[in-house]
Amino acid sequence: MKDRKTWLSGPYILWIILFTVVPVIILFYYAFQDDAGRVTLDFFKGAVRPIHLKALWLSVLLSLMCTVVCLLLAYPLALCMRSLKMGKKGMMIAIVIGPMWMNYVLRIMSWQLILSQNGVLNKVLSVLHLPRQDWGNSATAIVIGMIYDYLPFMLLPVYNAVMDIGEDVIEAAHDLGASKATVLRKVMIPLSKPGIISGITMVFIPALTTFAISDMLGGGKVMLIGNIIEQEFISSMNWHLGAALSLLLMLFIIPGIIFSNEEEGGF
Amino acid sequence: MTDNIKKCISIFSLTALSVISLVGCANSNDNIKDKTEKLTEKIVDENKTLTVLNYGEYIDRDVLKTFQEETGIKVLYEEATTPEEMYAKYKGGAIDYDLICTSEYMIEKLMGEDELMELDKDSMEYYDNIDERYLKLSESFDPGNKYSIPYFFGTIGLLYNTEKVNGPVDTWEVLFNGEYSGEIIMQNSIRDAYMCALKYKGYSLNTTNRDELDEAQKMLIDQKKDVEAYFVDEVREEMVAENAAIAVCYSGEAYLANEYNSDLQFVVPKEGSNLWIDSWCITKNCRNYEGANKFLDFLCREDVAYLNFEEVYYPTPNKAVFENLDEEEQEDPLIFPSEDALNNCEVYKILDAETTEYMGEMWKELKVLQ
Repeated sequence: MKDRKTWLSGPYILWIILFTVVPVIILFYYAFQDDAGRVTLDFFKGAVRPIHLKALWLSVLLSLMCTVVCLLLAYPLALCMRSLKMGKKGMMIAIVIGPMWMNYVLRIMSWQLILSQNGVLNKVLSVLHLPRQDWGNSATAIVIGMIYDYLPFMLLPVYNAVMDIGEDVIEAAHDLGASKATVLRKVMIPLSKPGIISGITMVFIPALTTFAISDMLGGGKVMLIGNIIEQEFISSMNWHLGAALSLLLMLFIIPGIIFSNEEEGGF
Repeated sequence: MTDNIKKCISIFSLTALSVISLVGCANSNDNIKDKTEKLTEKIVDENKTLTVLNYGEYIDRDVLKTFQEETGIKVLYEEATTPEEMYAKYKGGAIDYDLICTSEYMIEKLMGEDELMELDKDSMEYYDNIDERYLKLSESFDPGNKYSIPYFFGTIGLLYNTEKVNGPVDTWEVLFNGEYSGEIIMQNSIRDAYMCALKYKGYSLNTTNRDELDEAQKMLIDQKKDVEAYFVDEVREEMVAENAAIAVCYSGEAYLANEYNSDLQFVVPKEGSNLWIDSWCITKNCRNYEGANKFLDFLCREDVAYLNFEEVYYPTPNKAVFENLDEEEQEDPLIFPSEDALNNCEVYKILDAETTEYMGEMWKELKVLQ
């Protein structure tokens, strides 16, 4: 029985090898070798230049902002959904997941239309006689787009974790004299920590590496690390530097994944 | 169990590695390559297909159907946004392209790398439809017109909203004097962006002089605070929506922009600009040479060229089409640039590797700046 089950993972292992292991080997190959085939560290030296670190820093900053806002939106919502009746929960999940059925480029484009100078937002604001906002084509627009796009990835793990907490545990806390705030602080949050952490990873990592959202909503004025990697691969044709930058970015991501696995008790 | 998994992993990685090394061998070993080429040639000939790479929204799709009906050759149509992306797609080698329609400097680059095949012009019935004037302009990158056929051409200029500008617009200066702060859209492509500053200063847009490039960089850095956005495909929509007063824009976009918003006008600045020619060429990897020439000939045919002109509305080098347009259309500056405007224009040439890298770094520096 056990043997058979192991074999079931075959397609997944093949997938991992073809689309994760082999590409990473190719990345290493390009990052450590120049055109003449010599092994070199030059591209890594190039990758850690201030101009690239500046873009990396901005990416980290924007994705942190996105992650924090997503968590602040998702956790209370998950608590709300927990207290709802069964039928309404399904409804809420559908509302959250529904937009994901649309192509994400289309969803980001609609934010372009909302935030631009003569966009929907400014039209509404002017009707209400409120001051116009100039959020289009800026870092603000990028963060808004990221939050919108990645919120479901935060909500779903957090929601699952919150739902797994037994009602009896909470009742017991109340019986022992805990206030609502104490229950939230000492019972709910610690018990839902694995969900929170996997939500943070699932939002932070794609936000850190995005280049499409920053291109479309930043008006080409904001360059994140993803955009630099894209420029090196597509327009500058410097695959070596692009590969070195990708590996540099991985250095940021891998510790995050290891940390979250440990917190969740590992796989 | 883990031993089993490890075994699996090692077997799979071995297979993967051997596939990679086989591919590598095939590239270095002409014998194997020839054999595989012959093999694929056979398959492709039987299938009667052509794999074509072109820009987005750059052909009337019905034309492809007509071609298949007339010749039985099926066109597998692929799109890309920029010449650099096309180069990466072609060089990546995942798909073997038979025909590419791209910008002149990319054709020059491909020619330099010996990636193109000469056209069989004698086999083409409608080649004479192409106006000699544009063939001559093409000679600046393709001497003797051996490798390319002009498809559409145009300039880069300023698309401006007559209601939003204070006075006539006929110079690049409006982009740099701060008068239209927050109302400017620049092209989000390295050469087109620096071209504006270089031409304004009277330098060649093909300059490799570091001082001139540094001067252009300084102008663009100073200008960044005034720029609403760097766009490529969105320029037209953004101008129609009146989200900016002035945009650096391809001449071909101007006509449609004006159709949607009659306040929009187009001008090629007096200091001159870039003249670009998009041309078709046959790649060295082409496995259906006869079909490829047939397809190019088909595109030169008046009715086909007219359908494509109607679809794209870029100036066409096809004189059979041009002569049959009414006078109003022929003289419309929104479609066909005037002779005077063209006099100061230059065609992009490929820059040497160092300059390309230098400009790539300049671009990053400009973009990272907040």
